[in-house]
Amino acid sequence: MNLSFPMESSQFVIEMRGICKSFGSVKALEDVTLQVPQGTVHGLVGANGAGKSTLMKILAGLHRPDSGEIVRKGKICSWKNPSEAIASGVAMIYQELSLAPDLTVAENVWLGIEPSGRVCGTYSKKRMLEDTLALAEKHGFNLDPDQKVENLPASVCQIVEALKAIARNAEILVMDEPTSSCGEKEVAIILEMVRRLRGAGTTIIYISHRLEEVVEVAENITVLRDGRAVHTGPAKDLKIVDIVTHMVGRDVQHYFPKREVEIGSRVLRVSGLSSSSVRDIGFDLRRGEIVGVAGLVGAGRTELARVLCGLDEAICGSVELEGKEVMIENPADALSCGIMYVTEDRKRTGLFLDCPALWSMTLPCLAQLGMKYILKLDRENEIAEETAGKLSLKWLGPQAPANSLSGGNQQKLLLGRALIAQSLIWVLDEPTRGIDIAAKVDIYELIGRMVEKGKAILMISSELPELFGIADRILVMRRGRLVGNLVTSQTTQEAVMHLAAVDQERK
Amino acid sequence: MNKLFRELLPFGSLILVIAILSLWQPESFLTLDNFLNVLRRSSVYGIIALGMTFVIISGGIDLSVGSLLALCGMLAAGVMIGIAGQEPSSGVMILGTAIGLLAGAVGGALSGALITKLKLQPFIATLGTMSLYRGIALVMYDGQPINVASYRYLGEGSLLGIPVSVVLFVVVTVMSGAILHFTRFGRHVYAIGSNVQAAYHAGVKVDRSLIGVYLLGGLLTGLGAMIAMSRTVSAQPTAGVGAELDVIAAVVIGGASLSGGRGTVTGTIVGSLLISFLRNGCTLMGISTNAQLIVIGVVIVFAVALDQFTRRKASDAA
Repeated sequence: MNLSFPMESSQFVIEMRGICKSFGSVKALEDVTLQVPQGTVHGLVGANGAGKSTLMKILAGLHRPDSGEIVRKGKICSWKNPSEAIASGVAMIYQELSLAPDLTVAENVWLGIEPSGRVCGTYSKKRMLEDTLALAEKHGFNLDPDQKVENLPASVCQIVEALKAIARNAEILVMDEPTSSCGEKEVAIILEMVRRLRGAGTTIIYISHRLEEVVEVAENITVLRDGRAVHTGPAKDLKIVDIVTHMVGRDVQHYFPKREVEIGSRVLRVSGLSSSSVRDIGFDLRRGEIVGVAGLVGAGRTELARVLCGLDEAICGSVELEGKEVMIENPADALSCGIMYVTEDRKRTGLFLDCPALWSMTLPCLAQLGMKYILKLDRENEIAEETAGKLSLKWLGPQAPANSLSGGNQQKLLLGRALIAQSLIWVLDEPTRGIDIAAKVDIYELIGRMVEKGKAILMISSELPELFGIADRILVMRRGRLVGNLVTSQTTQEAVMHLAAVDQERK
Repeated sequence: MNKLFRELLPFGSLILVIAILSLWQPESFLTLDNFLNVLRRSSVYGIIALGMTFVIISGGIDLSVGSLLALCGMLAAGVMIGIAGQEPSSGVMILGTAIGLLAGAVGGALSGALITKLKLQPFIATLGTMSLYRGIALVMYDGQPINVASYRYLGEGSLLGIPVSVVLFVVVTVMSGAILHFTRFGRHVYAIGSNVQAAYHAGVKVDRSLIGVYLLGGLLTGLGAMIAMSRTVSAQPTAGVGAELDVIAAVVIGGASLSGGRGTVTGTIVGSLLISFLRNGCTLMGISTNAQLIVIGVVIVFAVALDQFTRRKASDAA
């Protein structure tokens, strides 16, 4: 390293240099450098899985880097846990807030560091309320410190989180997607809060998928892609289009065994479908067609799958299956219509981890296999073995518990359901998330074989190259609405990313 | 090897207890009469424990079985003497028995409905029904027992030399095992206990299955109540106080997990017999019923701790 570095870096309140981090064989971060000047807002952007969260977890002391260093106030720091990071003035506000809903604002702000009262072992509620009010006023916030947190909107919770961090003498605040669950009004409140905090001298690292917000509030922006910092510079020099180009990159090439399949008749028509999380969704799906669903985290992609598959209640709209309108009120209805949902959250909503692996595969199909009441264990075993063969599934046998399988093979167990049920419509939610490349290719090939047989596939994915590799059309979602229905061969990743990340109305 | 050991462990502790008692008290313990006696005594709680096995595998618990036992007996006996006085005919006794079984099924289904429709935790819902059923049983005849002198068949009768209650115990055991392992319902019970979200996603009608589970538990409690009533030829409103704990203990000793998804019929049988043989052995050795509680408490903790330990070892090895 350069000897003159310490002098140069004095202008930065925090500096991360050459950070590398791997999880197993996956490189999450490679040689990332992030320098943040005192009292500024620094935007950190990148597609899902680009490494933003990992980088910030290292800064917050949750992970330790494999190599590289963090420099704070001219000293190299190595934090073993989050409390050491907080002691050095670095606090993180997570996407999922960590406030106690049953406590008041003041109680949350001073949780664990309550001002002590006159009697030993008690705390002074009065002082706590006064201190909270003083702290809030100093930063220009107007809130009732005696209000219970559960009654507050998401934006005010962010303010409470920020006060909580400042009460612990935080000088650097990392905010991870503070607006992900907010509407327009609340976004404005949060952006105002960020400006006020900056005005009071706090440095903020601001992570968001919503690019227009970042451009609006940040002085500098760093773009991460595939674990590397591909661009850092002042926000005023950057247009949103440039950021999108940096986020997508052009060097990504994958192997996608796309087959030429003739598109057949329409099997599914969705129109005006709405639930509590998605609004006015309409699209068609034809035999032999692979339709991708793109969008950022929280755009409502999974919620679209949920309402289609009977997991969420449809408020209005209609679903037509092969020309006939159907009512899908629960997952059992979806199954009997030939719609198979393969969940994005295998462990929580897919697998029976302690139970024999074949249970996870056959459970939704038992009735269809003629086992509506009485099980035929030999036949079930046979079918499972046969399906495992088709999927090139690696397991210790049908009776081995599901948690003894690798992630890719667990995913294949769930895909096996659609094979056994011979489902007409496969709704796949992030089917290749967190699995190795070999299993990914197996899954792409399986999807290809299925569309050849006239099945229709609706595939949600956060990996644009994947969607561009195999999908015929791409639906783009943003904030619960369908904002694009594009033919893959006639569009670009930049166009999709732009639709997904940029609010057309705000521009 | 380790797996074999684990599978045999509940049997191992049962065999160990029988072996020790056989060596200690060969004349009084190791006789056919004594064994049949133990089986007969264990049949009531054993049958209820089989129902509880379903409940616990589904990830729930039913605290109301002891109270329901008393309520079923009181209702059945009440119907019998209400129609025909102290010496009811066999037809009336069959009707009364049917009422007792029905009451059990309805009582169980009510708990199940509270859990699924009102989204109450099983512990809370059945804590409520436990008090409710006990209260009804006590209020019915002002806390007085009902004597039905001629209701003897289930308690004292025998088929081919085997006590009827033991025959019923065996039949219910076989049927429970068959339902649990060879029906879709049984598979759903395991699936719900293992991961209720995943079961719902896979199209399992969770509410309906759970009501079925509690209904079955209640029905078997009703059957146990009829045997218990027949044994004493009377229905006691205070019958089965604390029974739920013995029953849950039997299921848990048998290797079931209170967090659901795990448990077997053989395990429950072994657990029930273990408690019964311990009681029997203690009695033969002249240990008072009060002191027996100490022995049983120690055995429960020890058996479950050992089970957890071997399980952890097995999963470490895997």
